[in-house]
Amino acid sequence: MKVSAVITLKKDVLDPQGKVIHETLDGMGFNSVNEVRQGKYFEIDVKENDPKKAKDLVEDMCKKLLANLVIENYKIIETQ
Amino acid sequence: MKSSVITFPGSNCDRDMDVALTKFGFKNKMVWHNDQELPKSDLIVLPGGFSYGDYLRCGSMASKSKIMYSVINFAKSGGLVMGICNGFQILVEAGLVPGVLLRNKYLQFICKNVHVKVDNKENTFFKNLDKKVLEFHIAHNEGNYFCTNDQLKEIEDNNQIAIYYCDQNGNTDDHINPNGSIKNIAGIFNKEKNVLGMMPHPERMIDESLSGEDGSMFFKNLLNNIK
Repeated sequence: MKVSAVITLKKDVLDPQGKVIHETLDGMGFNSVNEVRQGKYFEIDVKENDPKKAKDLVEDMCKKLLANLVIENYKIIETQ
Repeated sequence: MKSSVITFPGSNCDRDMDVALTKFGFKNKMVWHNDQELPKSDLIVLPGGFSYGDYLRCGSMASKSKIMYSVINFAKSGGLVMGICNGFQILVEAGLVPGVLLRNKYLQFICKNVHVKVDNKENTFFKNLDKKVLEFHIAHNEGNYFCTNDQLKEIEDNNQIAIYYCDQNGNTDDHINPNGSIKNIAGIFNKEKNVLGMMPHPERMIDESLSGEDGSMFFKNLLNNIK
């Protein structure tokens, strides 16, 4: 079963890359952008058919490796 | 005195550290990250470099290496552990020192000499050090020290800030800050002060003709403190 997780920076953590991307978009004419925050997306195929168990497994991975909870939040966004 | 330097895939300051430790009298051993047991040591060093190509987050993969279980046990039982640059990043990812190292504020890799102020000498690393301001070298892309407000309060209450970026007179003004670190923090201790993580490289300042000798002073002093 495939599980997807998105890792984003917490609100009060500076994201200089997001800022530069925002400025570049602005320079390209995309003037309606309020803010850009860059994150990470993971697609993980686990040997597990129960959606709840698969989700719990990936959540554990997020807590222990994929995200650093000092600066990042994680969200399991879909299972299929 | 015995020391061990851990080599991870992508470490590139491990041999410099070996040269420095040996020069000042440590009997040093190199230890591969996939080993499980540490040799008997008075000091463990996690060296600088780009372990695992900085994949995911700097130091995150290396912090889960087999040898790190032994390093964590060694640190928790009071053993001296020092992490330099990427080694500092590995220490924060392993949870041995608080906080995290973010990308430098202005997105540039910084490679230059800096001055750092030693704030706390009540620990084995800096006790009896003659100088208060040292000149070390930094070379990093992710050295922007960050922690939550609660963590910062705890760090300050426990005197865990080891060194600050400063000018040659010891002023820690904002404009001296090379990478955006909170409070100009260049290095911190764990609560017990037996684990030190710092971005600057003392091992690059051990030759009179090539660099300054503030690194020599640091290592000589450290050896005396451990004896």
